[in-house]
Amino acid sequence: MTTHCIGDTTVLLGRSLRHISRSPDTIVTTAIMPIAFMLLFVYVLGGAIQTGTDSYPTYLLPGILVITVASGISYTAYRIFLDVQSGIFERFQSMPIPRSSVLWAHVLTSLVANLISLVVVVLVALAMGFRSSVGVLAWLAVAAVLVLFTLALTWLAVIPGLTAKTIDGASAFAYPLILLPFISSAFVPTDTMPGPVRAFAEHQPVTSIVNTIRELLAGQPVGADIWLALVWCAGVLAVAYALAMGAYHRKFA
Amino acid sequence: MKESAPAIEIRGLVKSFGDNRVLTGLDLTVTEGSIFALLGSNGAGKTTVVKILSTLLKADGGTATVNGFDVVTQAAKVRESISLTGQFAAVDEILSGRENLVLVARLRHLGSPGMIADELLARFSLTDAGGRRVATYSGGMRRRLDIAMSLIGSPRVIFLDEPTTGLDPEARLEVWRAVKALADSGTTVLLTTQQLEEAEHLADRIAILHEHRIIVNGTLAELKQLLPPAEVEYVVKQPTLEDVFLAVVGRTQQPPPVRTGEEPR
Repeated sequence: MTTHCIGDTTVLLGRSLRHISRSPDTIVTTAIMPIAFMLLFVYVLGGAIQTGTDSYPTYLLPGILVITVASGISYTAYRIFLDVQSGIFERFQSMPIPRSSVLWAHVLTSLVANLISLVVVVLVALAMGFRSSVGVLAWLAVAAVLVLFTLALTWLAVIPGLTAKTIDGASAFAYPLILLPFISSAFVPTDTMPGPVRAFAEHQPVTSIVNTIRELLAGQPVGADIWLALVWCAGVLAVAYALAMGAYHRKFA
Repeated sequence: MKESAPAIEIRGLVKSFGDNRVLTGLDLTVTEGSIFALLGSNGAGKTTVVKILSTLLKADGGTATVNGFDVVTQAAKVRESISLTGQFAAVDEILSGRENLVLVARLRHLGSPGMIADELLARFSLTDAGGRRVATYSGGMRRRLDIAMSLIGSPRVIFLDEPTTGLDPEARLEVWRAVKALADSGTTVLLTTQQLEEAEHLADRIAILHEHRIIVNGTLAELKQLLPPAEVEYVVKQPTLEDVFLAVVGRTQQPPPVRTGEEPR
């Protein structure tokens, strides 16, 4: 059964990846918004922002990466919604394949698609002046944090994918997630924000994730931020996974 | 499994969605290798029955077995015995027809999925379209592909939920031919339809689902006997061009019947 589970998930993963390779626009549009934000903030607003660092692109990139994932996962909700609507989900459910394979294939597809988008965004950032001199280990740590973050948000995206009534509803949930980085340390340091906003910004998950990635890329010791980031990601992942599975079992007995 | 065991057996099936009672004690037996039509108007609960039998929905009460396996306690065994063709052609639009078939063959863990796909494409006259994306297919082609996907792995029981809804007459005939060929090969087919003609044309037995339960169940001949015997009516028949032709060239064996256009007394 376990071998079938992995085998079937791989077959279904191949299917979704083929979808992506046939509509590469989903990866391009995922990358376009964060790149547009990056251009806006670096070349329009950046001159007036005091971050206390030499290079604003370097300060900005971690937040942009978070936005990339937040916009990328809406396609997961979109793809799951289409599968549910078209009836192909029911076909898979009535076949002798492990039922979790269908969802896992979508989640892994999301991971692959988001990683490609993230690489594209990092390359554009490099062209815009982002620099980091840290070694492979630090980059791997950044990748690991982003993978965990993507997994958490992807399982969150599974919920509207399964339950939404309309295609707009399936992808609209991503907007608040895309805006969350704006009220964090992603674009400006939090110390200039008024009290309540600052309190929110400093205690929401994006700030700890952004700080962790920033410290890793700057080669600085990561403090408590990384633990806070990991706890946030793992917590969101666990809750979203449970809710997604609940929605799934309500829909398909 | 005994040879005489029914392919589908339903006893006292109950299902509600909230306050909406859909099935209240449904009984049904489908013998192996037959085509059974579940007839009913929209919202009668046909799809609910199919979903319960194909392990997509859990009933609130009653039992159902498919191919001898209980749909709740032996769901995995049931899924190995069945194929579901839902109300809307459940095909992957972005993949080609051939890729759709290969996908299902792989998921059923069959050897040489490519060969299976090519064989089915040929059988359903889709060979030329096999390499094209399904998004470019007509409704009839989609349905044929959909049914072809359901045949992979030769399941014992096939559920067809309104297989010809939305198809043009020609495509409907194609689907009917495919369904008949299926039954000829020994597969049990449970099909739901709201088209009386379809049930009449295809089914060995017909059950009418009305107001949450089966109100009639039998062969077409049995169903016809429920009505008073047919009345003999005289209908005036105008000569066809063929009759005229044969009469005037004198090829007819007997003199052409006199047709006055009047009602015989």
